[in-house]
Amino acid sequence: MAQASDTQATRRRWLLLSPALLILLFAASGPLLIVVIYSFLTPGDYGGVIWKFSTDAWFNVVVERDFFDDTLSFSDAHLSIFWRSVKLSLMTTLVAFIVGFPTAYFIATRPKDKRDIWMLLIMIPFWTNLLIRTFAVMEIIRNEGVVNSLLIGLGIIDQPIQMLFTEFAITLGMFYVYLPLMVLPIYAAMERFDFSLVEAAYDLYASRWRVLRRVIFPIVKPGVIAGSILVFVPSLGAYVTPRVLGGGKQLMLGNLIELQFGQGRNWPLGAALSITLLAIVMIALIIYVRAAGREEMSHG
Amino acid sequence: MAKSRAFDVRRQTGFVPIALLCFLVLYLPIILLVVYSFNAGQSIAIWEGFSWQWYVKAWQNEKVQDATILSLIIATSASVIATSAAVMAALATTRTRGFRGYTFVFALINQPLMIPEIVTAVALLIFFAMIKVATGYTGLMYLIIAHSAFCIPFAYMPIRARLQGMDLNLEQAGADLYGTPWRVFRRVTLPQLWPGVLAGSMLAFVISLDDVVITEFVKSAGQDTLPTYMLGQMRRVISPEVNAISTALLAISVALVIAFYLLSKGGPQKNRE
Amino acid sequence: MIEISGLSKTFGSGANAFTALDDINVEIRQNEFFTLLGPSGCGKTTLLRSIAGFVDPTSGSLTIEGQDVLPLPPYARPVNTVFQNYALFPHMTVAQNIGFGLEMQDRPKAEIKQVVGEMLELVQMTPMADRMTSQISGGQQQRVALARALAPRPKVLLLDEPLSALDFKLRKEMQIELKRLQSETGITFVFVTHDQEEALTMSDRIAVMSTGRILQIGGPKDIYDHPAERFVADFIGDTNFLDATLQSVDGEVATVTLPSGKSVAARAVQGGNQSGAVTLAVRPEHATLTKESGLLDGVLQNIVYFGTDTHYHVTLDAGSAFVVRKQNQPNAGERFEVGEKVGISFDAGVGQVLRD
Ligand SMILES: Nc1ncnc2c1ncn2[C@@H]1O[C@H](COP(=O)(O)OP(=O)(O)OP(=O)(O)O)[C@@H](O)[C@H]1O
Ligand SMILES: [Mg+2]
Repeated sequence: MAQASDTQATRRRWLLLSPALLILLFAASGPLLIVVIYSFLTPGDYGGVIWKFSTDAWFNVVVERDFFDDTLSFSDAHLSIFWRSVKLSLMTTLVAFIVGFPTAYFIATRPKDKRDIWMLLIMIPFWTNLLIRTFAVMEIIRNEGVVNSLLIGLGIIDQPIQMLFTEFAITLGMFYVYLPLMVLPIYAAMERFDFSLVEAAYDLYASRWRVLRRVIFPIVKPGVIAGSILVFVPSLGAYVTPRVLGGGKQLMLGNLIELQFGQGRNWPLGAALSITLLAIVMIALIIYVRAAGREEMSHG
Repeated sequence: MAKSRAFDVRRQTGFVPIALLCFLVLYLPIILLVVYSFNAGQSIAIWEGFSWQWYVKAWQNEKVQDATILSLIIATSASVIATSAAVMAALATTRTRGFRGYTFVFALINQPLMIPEIVTAVALLIFFAMIKVATGYTGLMYLIIAHSAFCIPFAYMPIRARLQGMDLNLEQAGADLYGTPWRVFRRVTLPQLWPGVLAGSMLAFVISLDDVVITEFVKSAGQDTLPTYMLGQMRRVISPEVNAISTALLAISVALVIAFYLLSKGGPQKNRE
Repeated sequence: MIEISGLSKTFGSGANAFTALDDINVEIRQNEFFTLLGPSGCGKTTLLRSIAGFVDPTSGSLTIEGQDVLPLPPYARPVNTVFQNYALFPHMTVAQNIGFGLEMQDRPKAEIKQVVGEMLELVQMTPMADRMTSQISGGQQQRVALARALAPRPKVLLLDEPLSALDFKLRKEMQIELKRLQSETGITFVFVTHDQEEALTMSDRIAVMSTGRILQIGGPKDIYDHPAERFVADFIGDTNFLDATLQSVDGEVATVTLPSGKSVAARAVQGGNQSGAVTLAVRPEHATLTKESGLLDGVLQNIVYFGTDTHYHVTLDAGSAFVVRKQNQPNAGERFEVGEKVGISFDAGVGQVLRD
């Protein structure tokens, strides 16, 4: 009897789960396997693939074969794009932390009934269109934009500063777009923070800076790690922001991948680059889970 | 006199200015964008008087009309599909003991949140290209299904939260009063779950409406949504028409997000405290 | 040592203003175990936090060894606090917690190590030096909090109900340990509690507080035997209150007439009335019950046996109730029956006239 109702419950559960799982397997997870397969095929002449096994795509991720004498050398173009992606993502994460940490602290120290409103103010931009926000940044830093007009109007400069289509523009854009993802987890950690610990530290002769560094920061560190991952991961895979603000000159990984499916017509390489990106992201996530886990352990 | 020496343990030098600057930075670009969508002139830095002209232009632009209709069709369908699937999934995964495969299910549902969008976009491009070749079908279903998939976790979260806070006894009481499971669900569970369902479907709608990357890769020729249309426009000199479209989209998103906030604020989590 | 005069604190303003401290005047001496005793919400914590520097008094002055400390932030005051919830740093070990204050004072590493060792020894926590603070028991946490506050050798140690979270047995042990630490270190302790027994057993002097004011300051015996106000008498121990008439006051000695018409010598109160209606407080154990008529007469209503002693509830002829407490002896002399007519007596000078 119990046995029967148990299997019945299991059947009912999987029946209820099936629509969601089918959609996700069909249009999110399943296709990832095909990407792996594609990365080992030969590119077709007009896009697509020829079903012939090849590891060229994987070599091409970091190596290029000379057109004339077939010698191998590191692919400077790819490596510099990899490097730019990592560099700009790290910069974005760092700036987001420098701004996001004090902001989360600020919100967590507001009166309890006001904190939700402040957090809503952080989250509203996040839930609005990423493209529109990128576009808004573009409008501000263009040559004819507000910043340049203002500086020229004030007589500080007489030629507009070229900000758009630079690495600075991409970093600024990604910072702007992903900042809420830094604030959210830090705030969550900070809200639970017990400020009597701060009193204890002051009582024991700590200065404000040392209270911050020795007491507050170590305790909310899991939130900081979470926020950093949440900003770093989408920055690394960013496509829209570098496309709009980098203007096709400053490519990042996402654009490089897209290129292989467009002009590049090298789908296997695009697939291999996608898997590489995925692998970097997974490593970052594993580091995060490890760090969070260790933190948990030490706090009992 | 006494006030000046008060020692505030929560104060950290410079934090308040940075935080206020942060809010300014978050909102200034958006506000400027909105303001200049009403500018009479072409400029995005010089104010030349109030005008609706860009809204009128956008409204009369056939491409914008088509993209708007397509965006709404996709967002509505994806939101309905994702929310239905999410309700069922939430019913199956909430308030039960851990079961075999739970981790797998959980990872699968949240996968769209963890994997870079560009990777999923590429995967779907390849996969759907194969299907297109095999079946010859190039309709809207690709976009609708792709959107449904990445909307599921967003619909799932608030519904699950709502379910977790619900009183199990009510359902048992319903069953006790001779309700069949389906009737109990309709008459007891669903009415209580409703705010969560509404919140989830709104989030899904916003997420679908805003998507650029996956749509850009999956769409067939002539299937531009508003965001992909705007992305295309951003290559050339930009007309303030885009500002007008952006402002309209922003207004929809902000309204839905605030509604979502108010809905989830009144949810069961609050009552439990 | 610590001189507090005219100290007041008002939270909020306008209609929401709330006076938590109202004209506090007290002088705490060197090496003293000084206790703030009072019911919940009377302002004990606020006063302690004013000394520590976390509350900014609205008016008044506060000096430590002659130095005005009110302008100083908490980290510049020579006081340390043992917090009510301990506030141990969860991300540090026991030893790191104890060394924190010294480290913040930039003392040399060797010195920190040595002092931490001494402190661990003092609170008998040496074996647990490297545990995280979440991995030790409540009583151990309390000892770590104590060691942490003592390590920088403050001039004053402030303790805010440090024992309230402990169970009865541990609490008794810690009371003794605290007393030992205080005499070993020679540091002035300002101790907050709302437990009268704790206050009486541990303190050199006690300040009884109510609604933001200090009602009486004195040694435990002084406070217990000679409460100056009805609140103090009521809050500490059990007391019988008698309506009496003050006949005359001569220094410390007052002559009062009891409801029964008989007169007795009692202890006068400073600054009280010189004549007229007063309240006389008599502790139950200071009175004796007799078969014959006494200072007061009444009918025995109830007898409650408590093991160590017995409580006799008497209804006085004047109508009010009076309790006499008698220690139990194996072969007690007289036996009393409920309903019996009894007399109540107490010695001259035992009763205390209260300031009303
Ligand atoms: N920051 C504050 N703002 C407003 N009122 C306060 C504040 N801090 C304390 N109070 C009020 O001041 C009064 C005294 O508080 P305090 O914490 O000193 O009491 P206490 O004697 O320590 O009580 P307990 O034994 O419960 O700890 C209380 O009525 C309290 O509500
Ligand atoms: Mg208190």
